[in-house]
Amino acid sequence: MKYSIGIDLGTTNSVISYVELGDNDAQNAQDEPVTGLLEIAQLTSAGNVEKKKQLPSFLYLPHESEITEAETALPWGAQTDKITGILARELGAKTPIRLVSSAKSWLSHGGVDRKSNFLPLNSPEEVATVSPLQASMDYLSHLKHAWDNEFPEASFNEQEVIITIPASFDPAARDLTAEAARSVGVRHLTLLEEPQAAVYSWVKSMGDNWRDQVSVGDVILVVDIGGGTTDLSLVAVTEEDGNLILNRIAVGDHILLGGDNMDLALAYQVRAKLAKEGKNLQPWQIQALTHGCRSAKEKMLIDPALDAVPLVVPSRGSKLLGATLRSELTRAEIEQTLVNGFFPETSITEHPVEKPRAALTQIGLPYAQDAGITRHIAGFLSKQAGAADSLGFDSHDEFIKPSAILFNGGALKAPMLANRLLSIINGWLTGAGANEARLLDGADLDLAVAKGAAYFGYVKKGNGVRIRGGLASAYYIGVESSMPAVPGMDAPIEAFCLAPFGMEEGTEAEVSDREFGLIVGQPVRFKFFGSTVRRDDVSGTLLDFWSPEELEELPEIQANLTAEGRKDGEVVPVRLAAKVTEIGTLMVEAIPREGDQRWQVEFDVRD
Amino acid sequence: MNIDLSLMPVTLDVVHVGLGALSLLLLIIVAVVTIVAMSKSPSNEEQSAPPVQSEESVVKPDLLKETTPEAALQLLMLLQQEARLIDFIHEDLTGFSDSDVGAAARVVHEGSKKVLQQVFTFASIRSEDEESKVTLVKGFNASENRLTGNVTGEAPFTGMLIHKGWRVSKVLLPQLAKEHDVYVVAPAEVEL
Repeated sequence: MKYSIGIDLGTTNSVISYVELGDNDAQNAQDEPVTGLLEIAQLTSAGNVEKKKQLPSFLYLPHESEITEAETALPWGAQTDKITGILARELGAKTPIRLVSSAKSWLSHGGVDRKSNFLPLNSPEEVATVSPLQASMDYLSHLKHAWDNEFPEASFNEQEVIITIPASFDPAARDLTAEAARSVGVRHLTLLEEPQAAVYSWVKSMGDNWRDQVSVGDVILVVDIGGGTTDLSLVAVTEEDGNLILNRIAVGDHILLGGDNMDLALAYQVRAKLAKEGKNLQPWQIQALTHGCRSAKEKMLIDPALDAVPLVVPSRGSKLLGATLRSELTRAEIEQTLVNGFFPETSITEHPVEKPRAALTQIGLPYAQDAGITRHIAGFLSKQAGAADSLGFDSHDEFIKPSAILFNGGALKAPMLANRLLSIINGWLTGAGANEARLLDGADLDLAVAKGAAYFGYVKKGNGVRIRGGLASAYYIGVESSMPAVPGMDAPIEAFCLAPFGMEEGTEAEVSDREFGLIVGQPVRFKFFGSTVRRDDVSGTLLDFWSPEELEELPEIQANLTAEGRKDGEVVPVRLAAKVTEIGTLMVEAIPREGDQRWQVEFDVRD
Repeated sequence: MNIDLSLMPVTLDVVHVGLGALSLLLLIIVAVVTIVAMSKSPSNEEQSAPPVQSEESVVKPDLLKETTPEAALQLLMLLQQEARLIDFIHEDLTGFSDSDVGAAARVVHEGSKKVLQQVFTFASIRSEDEESKVTLVKGFNASENRLTGNVTGEAPFTGMLIHKGWRVSKVLLPQLAKEHDVYVVAPAEVEL
């Protein structure tokens, strides 16, 4: 293979970057590898194809009389029934019932069957629907074609492909991402957590100097605020044989909160202002307003001298004058909504407030209820207070104290927001008697994830420092305890550890002695739990008590014993064994006492 | 009374908006002509190097060329899509207040800027400051530098730089589907 291809398969935009691998023998450590960003050919309007750095992660399912085949021509052929990229986003703005968006958030949503066709959500029956998995495959397939078109001599399927995922993706979402990649034909795949990719990108941009920027004992907090999600990770710096080592020691919860929420919040504020003037907006006007707010926000956050930016929403008809809606976004509004709304000045002890949702909620994405990103970060740092203890970093504190911070994601490009977040975190640190954390600079916040992913493929070949990580969570299955039954009470559940925290890629956990009875021909379900804080449990550990914040219940997993050589209904005693694949996915297998058969336990199961 | 010529008007009035729109239109026309010329230039070179013909030759060399409308229509489509330029130019401004015209002008300005930045890469032809003295040595590029005023004598010419000039260094128009009808610069929209 010639290239390492890094793919940032984002919630709202996808980016593809590459590093030339070169011959290992001829590789000189001093040589900088050739790197680049693939410009992705895509339809920008009917019949027009342009190359752009980003492929918007939108899928549009057009009506047969909406667009002709000739107008969907791409360099690699027409795509009549599915349109991806800019044109999909533009068409979908006017016809939302046919637009699939945020497929990645659905892919990590345990409350739905991620392989069933239900997107676009709530669309009329005659609109063809796709599954979150299918949508991800369609984006990957577009990226693959764009690559093959640009590099016909280096087929996409034969290259080293690194796809990034949020650090908080559960085993099922990781599995599905790998499945999407496999089904478009990727043969050499690795999954990489996005905050880690940001760190790789930073290391790459620093060159050899990165060693001067951090030292042993440093804890780096990575804050990645993307379009749809906020992802947090902690990386500790240690030393081994005189070399600096990076260890990813903790990842945050899955927080569906990002830059898109900010634009929407601004648009709603302007809408309220217009409503006061007696102007009520239609849905299409709100969409245009959100667009306008995004660019107004970017202008104002970058230029501190601007006090207000006018917003205009042009009419839809050919008469422009008199029908164009006008308003403005002021600095005070930006500060109120973004700075105070998303980055409130809070203390380290204030954590996100999650109200129980009303019983009758519509099916939808589990967006974060608390928009205060600072509260989410405070919650994360407090929850992970002891994350670095096993490395010998003594903390004994209420929260872990990062000594350096790396920002990533478009939202933090604005100095106003980045400085605000930095000063709040530093306030917590100095308040607890620690030194201020320093900002690690020099990353390209929009493209760092894709660049870092491609660079990781190069690092994997033995060039440069590799971040140690392994599983960022320990995994357990729930077993009914053998306590005597109490009428009216569910039998208490015990948690049996399958895979310990920090299990490395390509390793297998020891198979424990505990046996479970599986019935041939009948799927058996297990309760499944994850813990990002219990670092000392080994496989086989049985917990009979845990506090609610320690273990998080994940969607159930299912073992399905096929009849092969056995009678239906027969009970087979099996042991469960977990391993982490080279790709970076978790695999649990059921092993019967006799014979060498193995059945894979599925993570993504629904009725 | 001091008049600061560097001051920019803070409010938009109809005259300036009109002037703005006109200059934009002219810019577009120039741009379209430039693309067409650039897209044609390779074949042009081939044409411009025919075997030397004798003075008596009756066949006149073909010095002019027809331009294809495709690129022009494509640019027009982009300007309508992003900047609503066709809509704007077709409106009668009389009877509308400056603030109405101003609101529409913002749509046109923002969108046109986006299109021009996307499609063209501009560079100044001369790096000297405007209103400063420049000297053109013998053999200077006459299509890049236009002499005006008291044009007499021989190079080197020394004069005042009035306008720096613009040269488009790169044109990046979208690729077109073969059967795409470029004459439809904005489809009719019917909401169901």
